[in-house]
Amino acid sequence: MLLSVDHVTHYRYDRPVRGVVQSHRLMPSKFDGQQVLDWSVTMTGGTMGSAFRDGAGDWVQGWTVAGPVDEIEVRVSGRVLTTDLAGILRGHKEIVPPEAYLRDTDTTVADAALIELGQLIAAADSPLSGCHALMEAISAAIAYKPGTTRAQTTAAQALAQGEGVCQDHAQALISAARAGGIPARYVSGYLQSGQDGMDHEAAHAWGELYVAGIGWIGFDPANQCCPDARYIRIGSGLDAQDAAPIRGISRGSGAEILSVTVAVQTQEQ
Amino acid sequence: MTPYFNEMFQNNAVRPPYAGLEGWSADMPADIRLAKQAEAEALFRRIGITFAVYGEGGDPDRLIPFDMFPRVFTHSEWAKLERGIKQRARALNAFLVDVYGRGEIVRAGRIPGKLVYQNDAYEKSVCGFVPPKGVYSHIVGIDIVRTGPGEFYVLEDNCRTPSGVSYMLESREMMMRMFPDLFRENRIEPIDSYPDKLRRTLASVAPAKCDRAPTVVILTPGHFNSAYYEHSFLADLMGVELVEGQDLFVDGAFVYMRTTEGPKRVDVIYRRLDDAFIDPLCFRPDSMLGVPGLMDVYRSGGVSICSAPGAGVADDKAVYTYVPEMIRFYLGEEPLLNNVPTWKCGEASDLKYVDENLHELVVKEVHGSGGYGMLVGPKSTKQQIEEFRLLIKADPSNYIAQPTLALSTTPTFVEEGIAPRHVDLRPYCLVGERIELVPGGLTRVALREGSLVVNSSQGGGVKDTWVLSE
Repeated sequence: MLLSVDHVTHYRYDRPVRGVVQSHRLMPSKFDGQQVLDWSVTMTGGTMGSAFRDGAGDWVQGWTVAGPVDEIEVRVSGRVLTTDLAGILRGHKEIVPPEAYLRDTDTTVADAALIELGQLIAAADSPLSGCHALMEAISAAIAYKPGTTRAQTTAAQALAQGEGVCQDHAQALISAARAGGIPARYVSGYLQSGQDGMDHEAAHAWGELYVAGIGWIGFDPANQCCPDARYIRIGSGLDAQDAAPIRGISRGSGAEILSVTVAVQTQEQ
Repeated sequence: MTPYFNEMFQNNAVRPPYAGLEGWSADMPADIRLAKQAEAEALFRRIGITFAVYGEGGDPDRLIPFDMFPRVFTHSEWAKLERGIKQRARALNAFLVDVYGRGEIVRAGRIPGKLVYQNDAYEKSVCGFVPPKGVYSHIVGIDIVRTGPGEFYVLEDNCRTPSGVSYMLESREMMMRMFPDLFRENRIEPIDSYPDKLRRTLASVAPAKCDRAPTVVILTPGHFNSAYYEHSFLADLMGVELVEGQDLFVDGAFVYMRTTEGPKRVDVIYRRLDDAFIDPLCFRPDSMLGVPGLMDVYRSGGVSICSAPGAGVADDKAVYTYVPEMIRFYLGEEPLLNNVPTWKCGEASDLKYVDENLHELVVKEVHGSGGYGMLVGPKSTKQQIEEFRLLIKADPSNYIAQPTLALSTTPTFVEEGIAPRHVDLRPYCLVGERIELVPGGLTRVALREGSLVVNSSQGGGVKDTWVLSE
């Protein structure tokens, strides 16, 4: 499927800031399911800093903006040719050992309820069917309802309240999987859904679980499926914060007003 | 009485390295001794060398007690230690490069992957990165205790930012000032080249993108830090800038320092703050102590950070038990220095042994340091032991246990005159283009009678450490 992405992140500061530093993970991952036709990331007034591919296979690009500045726009646009690999991350080069993804973070510590869900993996015929069962269970346990959780909401909190967005689904999934002994990570990316391509979940997140003998496999509890050709994978991490496509900081006292628009559309080939 | 090894007296005779101190101490009248002690204290206070002690209340700028009675090693004793220390520093660095690369030692089954990859100190953000010269830990502080004439044990390794080297240098300075005759009468190896060697070590690991004489800085968390004195002391002796996070900034692909003449590019950062705080974009987002964007510059070869982020996974107390394996695996050598036998409470059979013998063991937290959160079984009350037993049961893998070692003693000036007190030794091994260390280290002494805890945070003091020339 040929997907086009237009993703704009707009920062406005109510008072000019002295400078901005950002670290971007905004390049589509290199693996058999994705072929980048063209892709660009621009930042108004920004100086491109260092770039490198990290041990998890993500392309990291640093940016700095010299102040004073009261407005910044990060624009990502490009086209990717995708193939449905049933969620399998085939041909992805990375060095971080899967075991490193058994570690918890503040937002993914499993409580009793998540540990119980993690037992679905051992209870299943195979680890793979266990992962599917876990995804179904998470999907059933957390209803999609925007505005009910925050960026800092933990996996346990989201599960307890039974509502959330894709971030909460993904974090609950990986938290329970780790409790069940399966290396798991948070993945950020894009999703083409809805006819107009303007779905609010176009900037999407899901989980990847490591199944011995197969490798990393994506699971998206929010849509009860494994990522297919509608998905573009960007980067991964131990939790949402660790996998954030943009991490940044500004120097100065100006309050930040953030607005994001994302459009992912299918194009005629 | 337990037969502790006394480094000065053995079978009622003075051991050779201490021969030059016998007359000196015996002939010193009590009033001179007290006057000298007061002089030392005044000097230390004047130069401002203090150590903030956590958890004990009282004066936060308390002086670290200095004992005038030197601790002495013969040339051949030191030669053996030096070889063992360098061997260990090489193996620890080889381990770090390996576990952030292919992880051969884990694949070979020589160390459990869980211990390494699920360790809190393992930084997956540096996986696949080999720092300049393949060095992660540039200053390795190795804590050594002695139990007999030829018996030395490594208590722990400190691969991140071991502190205390300023006390090593100041103690020597103090002794030379107060007892110049001793340094004429005894052939004592000098240690004053340490700052030069440290600067050379740091400069030798400048990043690939540095095409001129490297600019080195020391990054301190600030004057609230208990080791701030040492940070400024070392910066001063090395002739480099002492900076805080706010003095540095990232612009494009490099790190710069604000100076009165405008921004100056920085090539090597000797950081004295933990990984978690050095870059809010990569680690703790709430940290104000670090430099935003630093890790991106580091990972792309624009700046070197010493010790390298992630080095802490090698000095974890559970990983410690595998250092002899590392030496065999990477160097193909037998360890020259012994490890203390260690039980890992995370393993069922070990936990059972620890539980049954708690009153005889020393138990430590895996990530603890500074003598906090530990139990010295033989010196604890029944109630303290039972309380600790519950802590271990609640989180076994957080604890290791070791036998209570019979730490050697050296003569120490105390209220009543001279008495034996337990000591340890922390040499500072520098690893860059070369591996080197100055002859000696920091001797810490447990000033309380019978105490085996030498940490300065637990009321320990320091002594000058001599290595005699051949």
